Amino acid sequence: MKQNIKDQILHISGSDVIKCMRCGKCSATCPSYDEMEYHPHQFVYMVECGDISKLMESESIYKCLSCFACVERCPRGVEPAKLIEAVRLEVIRRQGKDHLKPDDIPSLIDEDLPGQAVITAMRKYRK
Amino acid sequence: MKISYYPGCTLKNRAKDLDRYARESAKKLGFELEEIENWQCCGGSYTSANDEIVTKLASVRALAAGRDHGGVVLTVCSACYNVLSQTNHEFQVNHDFDMRVNNYLYPDLEYHGEAEVIHFLEFLRDKIGFDEVKKKVVNPLTGKKIAAYYGCLLLRPSSVLRLDDPENPTIMEDFIRAIGAEPVIYPMRNECCGGYITLEDRKSAMKQSAKVAESATEMGGEMIITACPLCMYNLRKNSGVRVEVKYFTEVLAQALGLTD
Repeated sequence: MKQNIKDQILHISGSDVIKCMRCGKCSATCPSYDEMEYHPHQFVYMVECGDISKLMESESIYKCLSCFACVERCPRGVEPAKLIEAVRLEVIRRQGKDHLKPDDIPSLIDEDLPGQAVITAMRKYRK
Repeated sequence: MKISYYPGCTLKNRAKDLDRYARESAKKLGFELEEIENWQCCGGSYTSANDEIVTKLASVRALAAGRDHGGVVLTVCSACYNVLSQTNHEFQVNHDFDMRVNNYLYPDLEYHGEAEVIHFLEFLRDKIGFDEVKKKVVNPLTGKKIAAYYGCLLLRPSSVLRLDDPENPTIMEDFIRAIGAEPVIYPMRNECCGGYITLEDRKSAMKQSAKVAESATEMGGEMIITACPLCMYNLRKNSGVRVEVKYFTEVLAQALGLTD
């Protein structure tokens, strides 16, 4: 099962975690660093080790902004944001695991919030 | 000259100014934005997941319509530009994706990434020329110090988006010079505003947008311009910094003498 999830995440993300040389640039440039329990460089290492259940249970998967700063700046092309997206998908694709529900939306929006924010959040947080 | 135009959902409600001033400025600059018929929402974000197809389909018919009407799809919104570009690129490099989507579209449509997705700013730079824009300026914003905010969606991933250098972009600064103002370079101009996380964790969005706005004003910016409705929202409502934030199309229209 453990190997299965790792393979699945590598397949979904297309990331090659073996290429990581542990420079930490992904975490250094991450705007959500302070909000995360596990940081981008830890995602890379923990997926490589197959230590994935902790990542799946962590709120960190919802803190990534998909801003792609880490993808752009990784000197080895590891693409951590794609890995985080894959771990999140591995969670929200499961029965009852939506992180955001349509009924939650009315209380979260105000008159100025662009529809773009709601659509993007729904895409990121639910299946 | 008529150009196929994809406005996107947000430009039809919360970001009407971004749309209106783009259309009016275009006319003044000698081209017309012709809205693509029956376009649908682009989806707001492009998933990087290799195994997803359905979430990447929303803009395909609009791209095909652009191909059939002049070959170009012009967008103004950063998010639409990002999603349409990435969708189009997927057709060009991913044979399996191309085949599966076309199996679904068959027999009424066939599409293989032939359209060119272009941002309004890119169109001004590459097809009109900022020099030509400058010639049409009747109300230059002389002396105004404007901080261009790129955010993420216009620049990344740079392997797909070809708008500009992802770390040292110049297109918006050149635009600012063309309308007679003075560009302000600041460190956070291509960092994230917090984006959609304002729904999930508003405090995080407040922190991110404050860093951007503070960086812009510390370097002397009197106004921030953006192409993204969500960046505008975060900078205006979440940053806590009192600074004027406008769409680039509005300052363009102003310089072209189209506003009061």
